[in-house]
Amino acid sequence: MLEEIRKNKKLQLIFGFIIGIFFGFFLYISGVTHYNVIIGQLLLTDFTVLKVMMTAVIVGMPGIYIMKSRGIVNLHVKQGSAGSTIIGGLIFGAGFAILGYCPGTVAGAVGQGSLDALFGGVLGILIGAGLFSSIYPSLYEKVLKKGEFMHLTIPEKLGVNPWFVIIPMIIFIIVILGGLEYIGL
Amino acid sequence: MEWMPYLAGAGIGVLSWFAFLISDKPLGCSTAYANTTGMIERFFRGKKTEDKEYYRKIKLGIDWQWMLVLGIAAGAFLTAIITGGFALEWVPSAFGNKFGYDPTLRWIVALLGGILMGLGARWAGGCTSGHGISGTLQLAISGWIAVVAFFISGIAVSMLLYGVI
Repeated sequence: MLEEIRKNKKLQLIFGFIIGIFFGFFLYISGVTHYNVIIGQLLLTDFTVLKVMMTAVIVGMPGIYIMKSRGIVNLHVKQGSAGSTIIGGLIFGAGFAILGYCPGTVAGAVGQGSLDALFGGVLGILIGAGLFSSIYPSLYEKVLKKGEFMHLTIPEKLGVNPWFVIIPMIIFIIVILGGLEYIGL
Repeated sequence: MEWMPYLAGAGIGVLSWFAFLISDKPLGCSTAYANTTGMIERFFRGKKTEDKEYYRKIKLGIDWQWMLVLGIAAGAFLTAIITGGFALEWVPSAFGNKFGYDPTLRWIVALLGGILMGLGARWAGGCTSGHGISGTLQLAISGWIAVVAFFISGIAVSMLLYGVI
């Protein structure tokens, strides 16, 4: 049944759109589609972005791993490398600070009427992504493949059952979030 | 205490279950932009665009993730309209109070930031959703390292821009 649903391309486009509508709803009600909230996070005066992301992680993670252990979902983990993940991540972070939206929240910002998100953010991301596609062949061997990480996931690297990482991780995140609330951030 | 970020975050976590379960996909956004640029390029340059190595890899066309990003805009639009939060705005107040309310300046800055972001997202193989949420919740090493890099660089550059350091 699941296989049939997953293979139905038209149905998948509809699912993508519906999941997107919910995603946009959640991003909007949390406030993270606003430039002020994202820049506040990067200036460390407003921790909304971190709260949203970390809560999504502690809810999403156990659900995905339970379904994975029952064999009904597959993990989709990306192979990273120093040349790709770290260098790309640092470039992304600079863009994050200068634009004040990310590729998901910029779409939400367009929906709420932010013109800088539409004519600056979306247009810029399209140009930047196009630029990457042009330099991709020359970057591939020389940069993107440099320093490939040996393992895909943290439990794999540590050689332990995933739950030995999931449970401490959830506790750690709750302590961090609780700490932020305690000091009033 | 403000509950909304936690409720919304939990909602996104549950949404990720559904994305994995019914679509066999993690939540992610940035490939959709590369895809769009490729489709625009294909419109002008024709079929040979599809031979570009990167476009061969991501496969051009309207796909699940493209619809997801469109859905984000639609979902935020509907919610903003219903709650009365919809407003056409060129310059967000945090930017305006610091650098002035000239739309041209904000437009140029946003465009530059967007270019870096589009480049960086594809370079790193993901964005705040693909790495920051989906990667981290799968305990992906690439996801956790990417999100740390996003924030180290983001915090440093925004503090430089706003003159905090």
